[in-house]
Amino acid sequence: MSEELSKVLKDAGLDLLSCMQCGTCTGSCPSGRHTGLNTRRILRDARKNRVSVLSDDALWLCTTCYTCQERCPRDIPITDALLELRRLAVKKGFMLPEHRKISEMVMECGHAVPLDEETKQKREELGLDPIPETVQKYPEALQEVRNLLKACKFNELVAEK
Amino acid sequence: MEKLSLFLGCIVPNRYPGIEKATKLCLQKLDIDVSDLPGASCCPAPGVFKSFDKATWLALASRNIVLSEKMGRDLLTVCNGCYGSLADANLELKKDPELKACTNNCLKEIGIEFRGTAEVRHIIEYLYKEFGPEKLKEHITTQLDLKVALHYGCHLIKPSRDRNLGETEAPFFFDELVEATGAKSVDYTDKMMCCGAGGGVRSGHAAESLEMLEHKLACIRQAGVDCIVNACPFCHLQFDRGQLAVNEKFGADYSIPVLHYSQLLGLALGFSPYELGIEQNAVQNIEFLAKIYEISAGLK
Repeated sequence: MSEELSKVLKDAGLDLLSCMQCGTCTGSCPSGRHTGLNTRRILRDARKNRVSVLSDDALWLCTTCYTCQERCPRDIPITDALLELRRLAVKKGFMLPEHRKISEMVMECGHAVPLDEETKQKREELGLDPIPETVQKYPEALQEVRNLLKACKFNELVAEK
Repeated sequence: MEKLSLFLGCIVPNRYPGIEKATKLCLQKLDIDVSDLPGASCCPAPGVFKSFDKATWLALASRNIVLSEKMGRDLLTVCNGCYGSLADANLELKKDPELKACTNNCLKEIGIEFRGTAEVRHIIEYLYKEFGPEKLKEHITTQLDLKVALHYGCHLIKPSRDRNLGETEAPFFFDELVEATGAKSVDYTDKMMCCGAGGGVRSGHAAESLEMLEHKLACIRQAGVDCIVNACPFCHLQFDRGQLAVNEKFGADYSIPVLHYSQLLGLALGFSPYELGIEQNAVQNIEFLAKIYEISAGLK
């Protein structure tokens, strides 16, 4: 048992103690209808400082649609809390391989979804410059993004632990 | 600031350039002062970066905002994800001096400073607030006889605490913009439900993401529409490319055309489906293409 979970949430100004476990969040969740995501249970476990919540894959089944947050009768910023838990999970090294790949992509090209040959051709068909006006066109801008990510120690955070 | 810079993000320029072209054509036709934003990066994607590290998310987002601050322009996004990421970061940095100082400490490494002088706009809220449906109608040259399933997407209107675009269960402002083109926005079951792509779910949990999408598509098909209209290239990608994946996974035969609002508006402003890149979608619905070519040529 660790107090870390409640501390992180409390520091972020998130008070889960007012949660009465009514289940409006789970009942409203578009993901929960189809997947194993049970938001009410995550909130309960987080409140009880159960660290297992951080390694649970279900944390990454939330699409961050904010429906639970909008409907919560106690006005708990539930999606914000889930994001806070995710960041703690990542800090502890829990990260899906696909998400690690996206992070690497941004470190490499400044985009989560970089340009490909097929799209270059589509751009030309439309009369657009094949290379868009983004970091992809300006090497010094890309270097800035890389330096910034480094200054944030993002590479260390997402490196496999 | 009334002048705008067009923030492209990733999916628009790198997967759906038709949305980029359509947006530029519409803005030009409406005489809106908008420039490129050279050197912009990923917003960064809110579902993943905001889920990984707050400092990194704020640093990358603020760099993009600073590019526009330096030009004396507000940022215009055509993506709910970019809007969510940039508007949220902008708001947090403006209201929290400590966070701003911390972020500026990172930005110092690349010799720039976030000042908080620019606003972040989304094309839908921009058109609604600055034009409104009635004024927009004055510019319409082609009435679109189309039945549309409108998908707002989540981050355009939520969290409502920060968006100030009214209530989130049954909003209507976007429907009004759609109907200004002559199209009919048809109500359907679970209209306000998420497309299933956000929050890193499409990338991290593809199968579950497609299950959510399949539900949404089934509801839309039942409504009997000509096409889906969205305001977010990530929802657009989920509906368009995801539709083919749903067909494969569930043995289904969906063929529902998908348009970004810029493309729908472009048709109504007199541009052809080809110019707007509508044919470049993964879903190839010949019947629909024939219909919009007829409308576009004034034959219908």
